Amino acid sequence: MKSFSLGWHLIRIYTFLIYVFMFAPIVVVIVLAFNPKQFGIFPMEGVSLRWFIKLAQNESIIDAFQNSLILGSLTAVVSTAIGILAAMAFIRFDFPGKNTLNTLLLAPIMIPEVVLGVSLLLFLRWLQQPKSFALLLIGHVVLTLPYVLLIVQARLVGIKKEYEEAAKTLGANAFQTFRDVTFPLLLPAIMAGALFSFTISFDDITATLFWATAQNQTVPVKIFSMLRNSISPEINALGAVMIVLTIATPLLAGYLSRKFSKFKP
Amino acid sequence: MKSEKWKPWALLAPSLSAVVLLLVIPVCFVIVYSFWLRAPSGADIPAFQLGNYAKFFEDFFYPGILIRTIRIAFETVILCVVMGYIPAYFFYRSESRYKQIFLLLIMLPFWVSFIIRTMSWINIMGDSGLINHVLIKIGLIETPFSMLYNEFTVLMGLLMYLLPFMVLNIYVSLEGIDKSLLEAARCMGCTEWQAFREVTLPLSLPGVSAGCLLVFVLTAGTYLPPMILGGPGNDMIANLIFKRVIGTLDWPFGSAISVILLSLLFVIVWTYNRYLGINQIFKSFQGN
Repeated sequence: MKSFSLGWHLIRIYTFLIYVFMFAPIVVVIVLAFNPKQFGIFPMEGVSLRWFIKLAQNESIIDAFQNSLILGSLTAVVSTAIGILAAMAFIRFDFPGKNTLNTLLLAPIMIPEVVLGVSLLLFLRWLQQPKSFALLLIGHVVLTLPYVLLIVQARLVGIKKEYEEAAKTLGANAFQTFRDVTFPLLLPAIMAGALFSFTISFDDITATLFWATAQNQTVPVKIFSMLRNSISPEINALGAVMIVLTIATPLLAGYLSRKFSKFKP
Repeated sequence: MKSEKWKPWALLAPSLSAVVLLLVIPVCFVIVYSFWLRAPSGADIPAFQLGNYAKFFEDFFYPGILIRTIRIAFETVILCVVMGYIPAYFFYRSESRYKQIFLLLIMLPFWVSFIIRTMSWINIMGDSGLINHVLIKIGLIETPFSMLYNEFTVLMGLLMYLLPFMVLNIYVSLEGIDKSLLEAARCMGCTEWQAFREVTLPLSLPGVSAGCLLVFVLTAGTYLPPMILGGPGNDMIANLIFKRVIGTLDWPFGSAISVILLSLLFVIVWTYNRYLGINQIFKSFQGN
């Protein structure tokens, strides 16, 4: 690389500028969350926790947080569970129509969320069911399932079938084999998949805005409705809490999975 | 293994029924609804007529929004390639021991909620936002000039959302290139630039095109940046769907617009798959 160091320097500067572009909006949200002033955005007039305290006292925001956390966790559990089963079918078995079905299960990635939002809502309307928490849950499962499937499949391909066969030869039944052999080997991918679904569910706004109601708000939907007035330090404080939560979780999980993977055979 | 024939189907049953019940059937409903009538009272009347589609194409208003959507999607794709290729190349060639951290960092915004990343442009470009504040502080301007609520800010919001997808796609295909090919090119007397142009660039094109498709599809299906950062003249097709369905509860017309959007994307994805193959797209998600 030394022979081309001028070009390489330019590449580094360019990349750095892209980082600035990507991070500026995020950093600004966190900084402004500490701005004590009531209106407007800049300049900063000192540092205060005023808006965080106000958030903690706002019941509808606490509610939205609870909803989002429960919804994200349930989505992660359901999506990961059915995603693992499907991945096992695709990687460990041969059956007619396999490729078509795989594409079908990955299709939600390529279908615009706005259409997913409308179609599920329309279906519910035809069934004459009101919007509910269940709608958010099933909607988020559909949104996140393809990602779980991709992540788990990719890992499963790398786990030799021989391990499972050995367990079976030694007398384990299918469930024991899965519990004692496949599952521990899959664990990093399962955690990654679960985490991915949690974050997608926790952050999603495009489809969720169709499905949410005033009683069943998630944090992004709450932010959206607060934005109707104008941007405020309170929104920035809420955004800052969301950012810290969604960034700390994957980092923590990455650390945990590295710790766990030490026990790999 | 004859006796095991039912097993994959049992394993697939939950996810298949979820996707069929919650995606395939609802999308069929949208198609059916797009032919229905809407009574003046607001009730939906089952029918088979093309009135909703005729309404879409009766004057230039709605097709104009469709064309704008396609134009903005192309602009976003081009900007993403221009802004995303060099960082991806940097990750590929970097020998820094912090490379993994750099990569993780560019993915981090991906974990931050779309609405926060979008609305934060108001913090930066608003009348009392960062840019105006700095410009006034250094004395370049006296009164804030308004930058928000136009196509440029919509593009900023879209880039913020989609750039990580592009970088990831390009990076994954760059990582797949056998580095000995580069060494061979260098041994044969290519300069760094020639080696890039003749070897690296062509071999990374599958990742670039996969990224382009993904960015195009995601742009065409989003309404948030125009809604938050755009003015009245910057609506895209998804905004139209949102307004018809949530705003005026006009389900048949909203469905017809959804079908039009789906058809547009279907043609694009189908053409892409026909000539380039769709699987590259899914590779980038498996990488992490």
